[in-house]
Amino acid sequence: MELIDSATRAQTAMDEALGSEKMIINMGPQHPSTHGVLRVVLELDGEEVVNVWPDIGYLHRGDEKIAENMTYTQFIPYTDRLDYLAPLANNVTYAYAVEKLMGMDVPPRCKYIRVICAELARISSHLLGLGSFAMDIGAMTVFLYLFREREKIYDMAECISGARFTTSYTRIGGLARDLTPEFIPMLRKFLKEFPATVDETDKLLTRNRIFCERTRGIGVLTKADAIDLGVTGPCLRGSGVDWDIRKSHPYSSYEDFDFEVPIGSVGDSYDRYLCRMEEMRQSVRILQQAVDNLPDGPVNSPDAKILLPDKEAVLTKMEELIHHFINVTEGINAPPGEIYFSAENPKGELGFFIVSKGGGTPHRLKIRAPSFVNLQALPVMARGHMMSDMVTILASIDFVMGECDR
Amino acid sequence: MTPEAAIDRLKAQFSNAISAPVEFRGEFSITVPREKIAAICQFLKTECDFDMLTDLSGVDNYGEDPRYEVDYILYSLTHRCHLRLKVPVSEEDMIVDSVTSVWGTANWHEREAFDMFGIRFRNHPNLKRIIMWEGYPYHPLRKDFPLAGLPAELPETAVNADTVRSAPMLGGPFVAASGTRSSIRREPRQYDTMAEQEEKQTHPTKKESV
Repeated sequence: MELIDSATRAQTAMDEALGSEKMIINMGPQHPSTHGVLRVVLELDGEEVVNVWPDIGYLHRGDEKIAENMTYTQFIPYTDRLDYLAPLANNVTYAYAVEKLMGMDVPPRCKYIRVICAELARISSHLLGLGSFAMDIGAMTVFLYLFREREKIYDMAECISGARFTTSYTRIGGLARDLTPEFIPMLRKFLKEFPATVDETDKLLTRNRIFCERTRGIGVLTKADAIDLGVTGPCLRGSGVDWDIRKSHPYSSYEDFDFEVPIGSVGDSYDRYLCRMEEMRQSVRILQQAVDNLPDGPVNSPDAKILLPDKEAVLTKMEELIHHFINVTEGINAPPGEIYFSAENPKGELGFFIVSKGGGTPHRLKIRAPSFVNLQALPVMARGHMMSDMVTILASIDFVMGECDR
Repeated sequence: MTPEAAIDRLKAQFSNAISAPVEFRGEFSITVPREKIAAICQFLKTECDFDMLTDLSGVDNYGEDPRYEVDYILYSLTHRCHLRLKVPVSEEDMIVDSVTSVWGTANWHEREAFDMFGIRFRNHPNLKRIIMWEGYPYHPLRKDFPLAGLPAELPETAVNADTVRSAPMLGGPFVAASGTRSSIRREPRQYDTMAEQEEKQTHPTKKESV
């Protein structure tokens, strides 16, 4: 039996009298603040969010179905379009996943170049994530400053792969081509100039009164909730969990690099912002080491059965011609088996679960998308906050619908 | 605790329900029956510290029996190791116990497995389609669903074919008949420059092109 005191009785009587009906509002798939085609159905009690139901699937293109009908190499351009803000990172992760299935290794130069690609993609993704985060809160200058740096990364991506955006740079067993001579000076120049922009953004936002008021304590995700919901990436580290795949299961020679992983304490939007800012600085550190210690040597693995042979050999010798033909038409011959490989993408843990029954096409390719899993935490983060905090929380999760819906 | 140690503990607890572990490229996977999956997952989470469910996916092995399979990829943050559980699901009885009570992240993963394959999950708090719209009749990732897709009715929206009135017919308000000379004179067209407009006014006899 409960003892209801007079204050509670008065409160409930007032609530009934005021008739607080909850509103169900649609934050439609077409909205400037939902960061892509995400539909959020909100139940509001006045200004306060009572419940949130994210509705995804507006960018579903059937990537997993398509993968079952293509060879492993043919699927590489589709991986560009998963997390389309960091296409190089997806290329690298997919290449390592298929190489794990094949049981092959790549030369050290290839690994270092892939680290350079992944870290450039991380910087690019965080620049956009933080830029749009700041813009949603109102600091529009930051958006433009950070996008100016993204242009430099796009120029480097164009130098390395030919395309600014959808790079399709890696291949199974190596890379599409080695670095051009212009790339390293471009990268060095970028590494010299970029930290100044991060510092400038820091000065504009980190101790900014309005920014702090709008992000501190907003969208708190506790450590236990984060682990239970499978959240990964800066969202998980912002909640205080020390886990980064680059440190716990180093791939692509990450064990050679000296860098730190920023961990938050409270798990609010401010912590996630700080994690991303610091990750950008650490990425610069990794890039500097990669560029200084870049090994020489071949970029592609010597296994000619997996990679396409040299064109001269294809046009003059019989065996290479046959290999070229079979690789292009049937695809590489993967052994039957299943693997799961995951890497630390800018948004979180991007994983590929490949079931192969032999042959050149996968039987099942499941893409474990970090944004899909991180978005599940949205109701937990948003309950009890106000409508304007909804925008902050959505931006701080930093998801991208391309990989969420696949 | 390595994956092998976890499998040994599982074998001790659940005896012959656990298959022999399969090792491929350094990963361990075991096949478990679907009646025991919830209990096994709970055991692995509490006793073996597999606190994170990294992925849950359905697989369609068309032509084999049992046709479907649900794969659980578990991860232990404390021991830094993965483990994979495979649960065969036959086509006649496509129901598996949900593990949402063990890991909250299974919620959306199971919804996706239901959406894409039609595998139902018992005791799931909200088993609805997640990527395709509600009311979509097929399960797209099944092997007998063609890559090009099958025609399906689009979801009901606020503006639907039967709720929208088509625009009023000719002669109604705000509808001008096009192409007749009278309409061109009634609604003069936008001219490029003021000079052209002036010319029209000073030389009204100039024939207008239709």
